Amino acid sequence: MNLPGAAAPAAPAEAEAGSSLWHDAWLRLRKNRLAVFGLWSLALVTLACVAGPWFSPYGYEEQQLDLGASGPGLRHWLGTDTLGRDLLVRLLTGGRVSLAVGLAATFVALTIGVVYGAVAGFVGGKRDAFLMRVVDIMYSLPFAIFVILLMVMSEEIAKRFNFGPSWRLVLLFVAIGAVEWLTMARIVRSQVMAVKKMEFIEAARSLGYGRRRIIFRHILPNILGPVIVYTTLTIPAVMLLEAFLSFLGLGVQPPMSSWGVLIKDGAEKMEEFPWLLIFPAGIFSLTLFSLNFLGDGLRDALDVRSSKD
Amino acid sequence: MLRFITSRTLQSLLALFVVITATFFMIRFVPGGPFTAEKAVTPEILANLEAHYGLNKPLWQQYLDYLGSLARGDLGPSFKYPNRTVNEIIADKLPVSAELGALALAFALALGITLGTCAAVYRNTWIDYTASAFGMIGISVPTFVIGPLLVLLCAIHLGWFNASGWYVPADRVLPALVLGFAYAAPISRLTRGGMLEVLHQDFIRTARAKGVSEFRIVTHHALRGGLLPVVSYLGPAVAGILTGSFVIETIFTIPGIGREFVNSAFNRDYTLVLGTVILYAVLIMALNLVVDIVQAWMNPKVRLEG
Repeated sequence: MNLPGAAAPAAPAEAEAGSSLWHDAWLRLRKNRLAVFGLWSLALVTLACVAGPWFSPYGYEEQQLDLGASGPGLRHWLGTDTLGRDLLVRLLTGGRVSLAVGLAATFVALTIGVVYGAVAGFVGGKRDAFLMRVVDIMYSLPFAIFVILLMVMSEEIAKRFNFGPSWRLVLLFVAIGAVEWLTMARIVRSQVMAVKKMEFIEAARSLGYGRRRIIFRHILPNILGPVIVYTTLTIPAVMLLEAFLSFLGLGVQPPMSSWGVLIKDGAEKMEEFPWLLIFPAGIFSLTLFSLNFLGDGLRDALDVRSSKD
Repeated sequence: MLRFITSRTLQSLLALFVVITATFFMIRFVPGGPFTAEKAVTPEILANLEAHYGLNKPLWQQYLDYLGSLARGDLGPSFKYPNRTVNEIIADKLPVSAELGALALAFALALGITLGTCAAVYRNTWIDYTASAFGMIGISVPTFVIGPLLVLLCAIHLGWFNASGWYVPADRVLPALVLGFAYAAPISRLTRGGMLEVLHQDFIRTARAKGVSEFRIVTHHALRGGLLPVVSYLGPAVAGILTGSFVIETIFTIPGIGREFVNSAFNRDYTLVLGTVILYAVLIMALNLVVDIVQAWMNPKVRLEG
């Protein structure tokens, strides 16, 4: 998995000149106990989700109806659900979906936000004012409601256009990404406006480089810090939204499952079988904790001012 | 100031128009009308039903009709609840959600401001660390996790409350706590930041030099300035509490507008969906507008930039 946090220390190898910044940041991050904890637990959770199901003797859909819901024990470490399915393996495969949605939707948000913000910040003037006014207006829209509507209608849309079963997942990425890019656009814009006044940009301009080249090759690499930090903080927000939708029954659909789906199922049966709620809720919260700790740690390490608002 | 208010109001109206139009066409765009679920309906009855609700007219005509009745404050009849109008349903369910939201917001503000202020006054002590750990919990543990867990603990094991329903006053406690909790965390963070900034300023030192008690300094001198960041957060917070109520009302089976919205979306009750979306949009935008104006009134810098 390519976590932004994990990528940071690798950067010095490529860029000799920029090495000190990344190296310093890495040293600072390592001193932040919570951030290191976040990094390790994330790595662990990710590894378990990716590799774990291969080592499990049970399939995530494998039912043992005669067993039914059984509590945690030696054969099934985290117990089984009402259909006798092993909870651990369901948690891990569900984690794959949750993490994948988190990463993919964040990637969508990142792409839209960075391009939009960079263009707005670079062109400046009236066009910038217009672009940012659009962002302001979109901020005030009840977006969660739109995403809900979109997910409700997704089946009908799929029927109309003959989309395959993976369509719903793709729609989920895009819909969530389309909601979460606004803050990224604002952050990138303000950063670009600061950087574009610097001399090396003037130098690039005087060399006759085109706008696109200046934006993507010269400005963006210099604002990576805030972008990385905010990306790390967007992943938990995105995963939260996915779980929120799944909890309402609008996200990932069976037979696929995600942490949100498992929490929903667990909440329905918690009176008799509390472990069905406690374990999914626990691992989901742990992952969000870790991502938030890591994001906060990166913010301190890369010395990014709190530019969220 | 007047110019600021006018331009912001126009902007909100424009956004509202966009919301209405987008939702209207989004819903009509997909096949599968509200009557397709009932298989027994014959083509004649279907045609009659559609004629009755004006669904057989061209789409643009329906749109204009809808805007027309909307301008008179009429949200039309519900498709799924016979003989009930959307206005009636909203009038029925909204007070419940409003009560829940108000309680949740009051709880979030009380807890968040108290914690944030304590954290700022006792900076870098265990109080501060506890408050920030609490903030992290509020940000990382979603309401649909806290909600069921609290029900498991307080309702099922300890038996203090009913696990669901909205009948006796005690039924309000758990939903309001869970819904408000998520917003107490950011409020406490913002209060802490704002208070730290204010507590360093000269007028606080002056007050101290004059022998004003520390408690009075915090409550009478610092809080007013320290709460500025919280004011600007109120708009998003209320919007979040509104949408958060979808989950809370589902968990606790509360007969509010949030659960109604989710159900109506599943049932394809066009007019009810449209009505609730418009209601939410109006509420959220009106609140954002009020927050913007209050902020501009409190802080001239915003006014000039806007």
